[in-house]
Amino acid sequence: MHTPWWRNRRLLPLLVQAAVGLVVLVTIAFLLGNLVRNLSAAGLLLSWRWLNLPAGFDISESLLPFNAELPYWRALLAGLVNTVRVVLIALVGATLLGTVVGTAAFSSNGLLRRLSRIYVELIRNVPLLLQLLFWYFVVFLSLPDGSAAIQLPWVVLAKSGLYLGSPQLVNGVWQGSLRITLEFAALLTGLIIHSGAFIAEVVRGGVAAVPPGQWEAARSLGLHAGQTLSRIVLPQALRVIVPALNSQYISLAKNSSLAVACGYSDLYSVAETTLNQTGRSVEVVLILLGTYLAMDLVISLLMNRLNRLVQIQER
Amino acid sequence: MNRPRTLTNRLRRELFATPLDGLITVALLIGLVSGLKALLHWSLTQADWAVIQANSTLLAVGRYPLNQQWRLWLLTALLSGAAGISWGLLRGAGWPRSDRLAAVVLLVLSLLLPAGLGLAAPVQQRWWWLTALLLVGRWAAGRWGGELPPRWRRLLPLTWPVLYLLGLGLIGGGLGLMSVRPSQWGGLLLTLTEASFAILVCCPLGIALALGRRSELPLLRWCSTLYIEFIRGAPLITLLFLGQNILGFLLPGGLAPDRVWRAAWILTFFAAAYVAEAVRAGLAALPRGQWEAARSLGLNTVQTLQHVVLPQALRVALPAIVGQFITLLQDTTLLSLIGLLDLLGVARAVMANPEFLGRNAEVYLVLAILFWCCCAALGLGSRSLERRLNRQDLRSQP
Repeated sequence: MHTPWWRNRRLLPLLVQAAVGLVVLVTIAFLLGNLVRNLSAAGLLLSWRWLNLPAGFDISESLLPFNAELPYWRALLAGLVNTVRVVLIALVGATLLGTVVGTAAFSSNGLLRRLSRIYVELIRNVPLLLQLLFWYFVVFLSLPDGSAAIQLPWVVLAKSGLYLGSPQLVNGVWQGSLRITLEFAALLTGLIIHSGAFIAEVVRGGVAAVPPGQWEAARSLGLHAGQTLSRIVLPQALRVIVPALNSQYISLAKNSSLAVACGYSDLYSVAETTLNQTGRSVEVVLILLGTYLAMDLVISLLMNRLNRLVQIQER
Repeated sequence: MNRPRTLTNRLRRELFATPLDGLITVALLIGLVSGLKALLHWSLTQADWAVIQANSTLLAVGRYPLNQQWRLWLLTALLSGAAGISWGLLRGAGWPRSDRLAAVVLLVLSLLLPAGLGLAAPVQQRWWWLTALLLVGRWAAGRWGGELPPRWRRLLPLTWPVLYLLGLGLIGGGLGLMSVRPSQWGGLLLTLTEASFAILVCCPLGIALALGRRSELPLLRWCSTLYIEFIRGAPLITLLFLGQNILGFLLPGGLAPDRVWRAAWILTFFAAAYVAEAVRAGLAALPRGQWEAARSLGLNTVQTLQHVVLPQALRVALPAIVGQFITLLQDTTLLSLIGLLDLLGVARAVMANPEFLGRNAEVYLVLAILFWCCCAALGLGSRSLERRLNRQDLRSQP
């Protein structure tokens, strides 16, 4: 029997793919054509030479030495270093917080269990940006200054910053061995508390996936609750937790781009200033997208390594 | 040893099982009570809620022209009528199982919210009328909904998309109505418009992308994968930034939509990638046998997808998809960072007003409660729907 061409099992996939490919190609060509035409009309054709021009703006805090005379690429690099700094510290903090809260959901204490649920439900249903603004404008910016500052052991919370390492009041100004700006502190707090809630859910799911027999066996061997958790349950739960943590870490890295809301000079905020000054939108967006993609890839690679470590080692 | 299940025994077991537990409980209780006391003290004596009352219209609709706001009220009335009718019909069909959740939501929306925000008396009165309309719709649909011919009832879900388009028309104007440009939309109106648009459009896009990613045709697979991974690798704010700064260059002059719609499309394309991943997980959970059985029954690809694969895959993916909607609703706050006056954008503009300087806490608290309620309601609804779908699943099996 002769099959018509639209029933041909070998031809049809090729035709469909050719059609899709054509549509994609035409769309991309159309967009790129417009881009080139519009950019050349505006005199902004792709070029990277502006990266070497002096930036002309200052960055409020930077691990790398930076001043307004240094070129744009140094400014972007300083922003990147700031981003990496906050992401690394927030990763550790959120993991600790998430582990504590996630395991608290299995506590024998009913109040602790419920509080852990309330914390997770409260944080997950409020936008991160709102939380960051709250931490910065409501909590940290309303800290008292001078001698009225909140003094805790080792830490002083003042409007001029957070001081660590036995700070002292000198002429009404706090001085300590380590000063953390309010912007950084607000961003860090917001990120840790937000990601902590999501990580707590991941940890809870992982622990819940461990069969209850494991708890019972450990208890009947005479291990107490803490030992059971750290020696028996968590190592098994890690197999479920680590893959899910990967995506939580990646969203944490991406969420750090909201730093601009509390005035911290991260990569995105430096890039925004750069764009406003140079008008080089395409290049700036390419740098941003490329950098965040690279950061995600690095996190994924490391987490895959970790994942291989925690999976069951078969002999 | 089995103690009677009294309240004291339960409390003792839950809170004071061991000395350590007791210590933790006491410490937590002290912290909790002092925190709540401070919050209550602040909200009753120090907080000044006039900032919310004075700006309630601004927060609700932004700079929407005053003499055109009857259109929004009309839209709200239509929506509440349709919601009442849908509620009645759904109840008739057995979901939700009880009216409790809906009644609580309604109570909060109609009584507590307007009173809590201290809205003017005429506005509160309108809320009550809307509530009455909703209840009448609910009652009528519950009373006569079962008698409708099935063909009609199948058409009823279509009222929602029709109503949506009508709503966009009412908000934006045209066809004889005075046109209100999107730049004049604001506040909650803008937030809800953007979120609902993105939610509606990202679903078909996401399903298409998920099917593409699992397709046997390599080109489709590569294109979908590339798109999904590219979007998922970038923070939303950089994509919104791209939309505002580069979209104008990518399209021929005059074709680029205005800033509000640019943001809406970016949100849509962003959410589509995440919905695609959720749907892909649902598709992956489906045994291959389902495909093969459908094909061997003689169904073609479209029929297989429509009748066999997608209904099952979407049911598995439902919680993840709704989770994505919740994220999307929260992500609309990012619009304030690119200079749009969504709910948060309007709020920040209000707080920059010298008259209300230093009233950050009140505004952020109200916004947080608003977002929390919306997101929690979505989550609860999704969980209840999930339970209902799973129950159906059990019943259909022999």
